[in-house]
This record gives sequence, structure tokens and C-alpha cells, in this order.
Amino acid sequence: MEKQDETNLNKDQYSGEHCENEEKCSGLCCTKVEHFSVNFGNTKVLEDVNLHIHCGELTAIIGPNGGGKSTLLKAMLGDVKHSGQLKYLSEHEKNRAHPVIGYVPQHLSFDIGTPTSVLDLFMVCNSKIPAWLTSTKKIISKVKESLSIVKSEHLINRRIGALSGGELQRVLLALALDPIPDLLLLDEPVSGIDQKGLEIFYDTVSELRRKYDLSIVLISHDLDIVEKYADRVILLNGKVLCNGSPKEVFNNEITTKIFGMSWFKRRPTDHESDEGGDK
Amino acid sequence: MMNLWYSLVNIVLPFQWVEFTFMKNALLAILLITPLFGLLGTMIVNNKMAFFSDALGHGAFTGIAIGALIGLVKPVLAAIVFSVVFALIITVIKNKSRASTDTIIGVFSSIAIAFGLVLLSLGGSFNKYSSYLIGDLLSITPSEILLLLVVFIIIVILWVLIFNKLLLVSINQSLARSRGVKTLLVEMIFTSIVAVIVTISIQWVGLLIINSLLVLPAAGARNITTNVRQYTLVSIIIAVFSGICGLIASYYLNTATGATIVLVSGLVFFLTLAFKNKFA
Repeated sequence: MEKQDETNLNKDQYSGEHCENEEKCSGLCCTKVEHFSVNFGNTKVLEDVNLHIHCGELTAIIGPNGGGKSTLLKAMLGDVKHSGQLKYLSEHEKNRAHPVIGYVPQHLSFDIGTPTSVLDLFMVCNSKIPAWLTSTKKIISKVKESLSIVKSEHLINRRIGALSGGELQRVLLALALDPIPDLLLLDEPVSGIDQKGLEIFYDTVSELRRKYDLSIVLISHDLDIVEKYADRVILLNGKVLCNGSPKEVFNNEITTKIFGMSWFKRRPTDHESDEGGDK
Repeated sequence: MMNLWYSLVNIVLPFQWVEFTFMKNALLAILLITPLFGLLGTMIVNNKMAFFSDALGHGAFTGIAIGALIGLVKPVLAAIVFSVVFALIITVIKNKSRASTDTIIGVFSSIAIAFGLVLLSLGGSFNKYSSYLIGDLLSITPSEILLLLVVFIIIVILWVLIFNKLLLVSINQSLARSRGVKTLLVEMIFTSIVAVIVTISIQWVGLLIINSLLVLPAAGARNITTNVRQYTLVSIIIAVFSGICGLIASYYLNTATGATIVLVSGLVFFLTLAFKNKFA
């Protein structure tokens, strides 16, 4: 019975008209991107993108470079001018225009010489007390608590410019999770991180997804990661080309065409479990 | 109130250089104005706005020219209005346009200074205004000090209110926006503050060097600090220290006060540079 439902849901996603009416929102809450279009000058970067993101699910966005992945996240953040709407629906509030969004950027470009500590960064984001004046014990212990989620309490007094790529990503993840967001946007958070750091990062993310029932949208180039961790995959190149479970999307010939055959060939063949997707 | 200050100085600082009333006034002015420079400088340097604050000085100069032309004896008010508008226009264009910030500021800065020079030289009476280029701190009057005090209080209050947002914007704009900060508004408030302080100080410090006073203390502090509290504190200390030393030195050497202060801050900057590696 459940299998049946999931298949139907996926079909719905394909049609692009999924969840037009609010009551249909499955699960406890969901985020809907409706008719997003973005133009830079005369260039159409995104054209009529519709997404439906469920709570407790990790949605991965894949696609070629210049396909508008980062732009989509920035549009969802409201950082890039766009047409269309972002809707957040939850049990308690039927329709909220602005969910709390946590964002881990692709690459945080900042002046690495800046005399700002990790504690300062948390303070300027979450405290009303100006960081140049003082910091209270209460704030410090709260920041330590946030950092402990990503196992980085020891970094609290380090200068943000002196952190390694992996450390910075974890700090940014901790920051994005304080306060706990409705929607977590991760933009290729793995560049410049070694394999070990990468696993820690994604294990943390997966754990959080279950613990807080988070909706997570992740942009990644690493198809192995996507296959391992994602519940849903969206192939984006200006518009949504393919949307479904990892298996569905990876078995789709458009995906194969875009990413080339090499990755798919060395992929372990999967005849053992065949839920969802294949008809 | 000034009398209280005068007698206080006589008791606490029984030195030759503060015997004259104008030196007492100048000392009080320095104690009010240099902490502001130290404070604002931290974010000017963090936001890489050194060139921008330089342009603001030019805008202020033009404002003074306009004020002088429409016949105000003390053209400061017109200058403040003009330079705030000038600062806001640059900020908005900088945010909307895709051209490089340097270019935009360069364009506006050049136009402003040229316009100001043309206005002030109308009828060949430029010499009267050349004091704005170098500035004269010793000419400050008690009523001007009162104005400084008011500005001081307002800026400190604003600094408490907007600092966190401002620092976040200076680190990364996208991150700031994702935390619900209205980045353009924060930037506009900040540039307005800088415009006001630059404009009212220009008559005492001078167009040519005012930017150094804003940038040097913070640039020095950055070399030897690792968090925001240290950064702010050290920047203010450097600014006040250079201000007082510069004032005393200029009295004995009979030099321009503003320029002497800048030289002292410059010296401190190189000292901090020498210790930089210990703090990196």
C-alpha cells in the first residue's frame, strides 16, 4: 500500500502540478517553490521552476554548471530577484510566506584578515547585545551548545579567517541551525573538504534531518553522495528536467546524457531492491 | 560647563601646552572626535571602504562650497545635508549597478571635488576657503564642541543598535540577508553616519588628511587583534593616543595639528605591522 502511494507521489511530481491545493500537502509540513523564474539581463537563468519539498527529506539538486542551481537557492533566499512564490505550509500555520531559512553558502567569501572570532559571528547573528561591547556567560554557553551539534566547540575563540575549509563549513552549518530553521539550504558545502570531513558533514546533516524533521535542499556535484544521502533528486538545467527518487533520476537518460556515461558505468548495479520508481 | 572643564584641566594637567584656552578646547574636541574615528574606522576598514570615505570628504567639501555660496556664515548644515545625500546616492548606485565600486566612487568623487573647487573659486576668492583643505583644530569653539558632544552621543547609540548587523553585512552580504538583515538599509545608515562625522570634522582636520584619521587606527588595530571586542578597543585606544600625542607635538613643533596626529597614527600602524605575525 505504501509503495503504491510513493509511486503516485512521484508521478505527481513529474506532472509539475503537484500540490496546487494546500490540503494535499503530505507529511507535517512542506515548502513549495511556485513558478520561479530568474533573468540576468537578457539571459534566462531559471524558467518556471516548481518544486515541492517535504519535511524530513533531503532533496538534492544536480545539474550541469551554469544550470542555475545556486541561483535557485539564492532566489529562495530572496537574494536574487525572481518571479514566482515561495510558500511554506505547516500543520500549525496553514500558509506562511517566509519560513526560517538556514543557509550554508557554496563558498563564504569574506576578508580572511577580519578580526572576527567564531563567537563574534554567532553573536552578530543571534544576539541583540553588540559584539563590540561584551559577551555574557549565557551567550557563550549557548554558542558552545550550537557548535557541539557539529562537534566544533573547540573553535569558539578562533578567528573565522583562520579556520580550515572543513571547520568553516561546520561552523556555518551550526550557524544555519541556530535557530532551528524550517528549511535548510546547502550549496555545494563540500568544496575544499577532504573525504573524512565530507562524511562527518553529511552524517551530521542526515542525523539532523531525522531529529528536527528538517527540509533540506542540497546542491551537489558529487553523485555518490547524492545517491547515498538524498531522498529525492532534482535535475536542473534552466528548468526542472527530471524530479524523483535518486534511482528514477539516475536511470533517466537525460541524466546520463548530461553527466556522461562514465559515472553510471562504475556505479554498482542495483537489482537487489526495487522499491518505487521502476514500472 | 566649559569652565568646569577648564578648571579640571588646570588641576589634572598642569602643563605648559594646555595653558591656553584654545588648547583646552582642542583637547576636549580630540577626546570626543578621535574615539568616533576609531569606532567608525573599524567598519570602514572591514567593509573595504577606505576609498569611499575619502570620496565622502570630497562630497563634504562640495557641500561646504554650496553652503558658502548660498550665503551661510557657517555652511556646515548645508554641507551635512549635501554629503549625506551624496553618500546615499553612491551607496544605492553601488548596490544596483554592476560596475566596479572603485569606478563608481572614483567618478562621483572627482565630480564632487571639481564642482566644489569651481564653486569656491568663483570670483577668485578661493584663498578664503583653503583652510578646509588643511583644517584648523585650534580654532574650535565651545559651541562647536557642544555639537560634537551631541554627535558623539547619537553615534554611540546607533553603534549599539546597528553594529551586529553591520558586521554581518561586512562579512558576507548573502549570509546577512539569509539572517533577515536589510543590507541596503544598514549600509545606508552607516554611510550617513560616516558622512556626518566627516563633514563636521573637515573644518578642523582638513580634507586632505581626514581619511587617514578614519583608516589608520583601525588598520593598525586589525594587525594585532583576533576578535571584535579587542579590535574596537585597540582601534579607539590608537585613535585617542595618536590624537593627544599629535596635539601636544603640534603645539611644541608649531605644525598643523591634524597632520601631526596622522603622522603619529602612521607610526603606530607600522609598529603594529611589526607585531602582526604574533597575532595571526
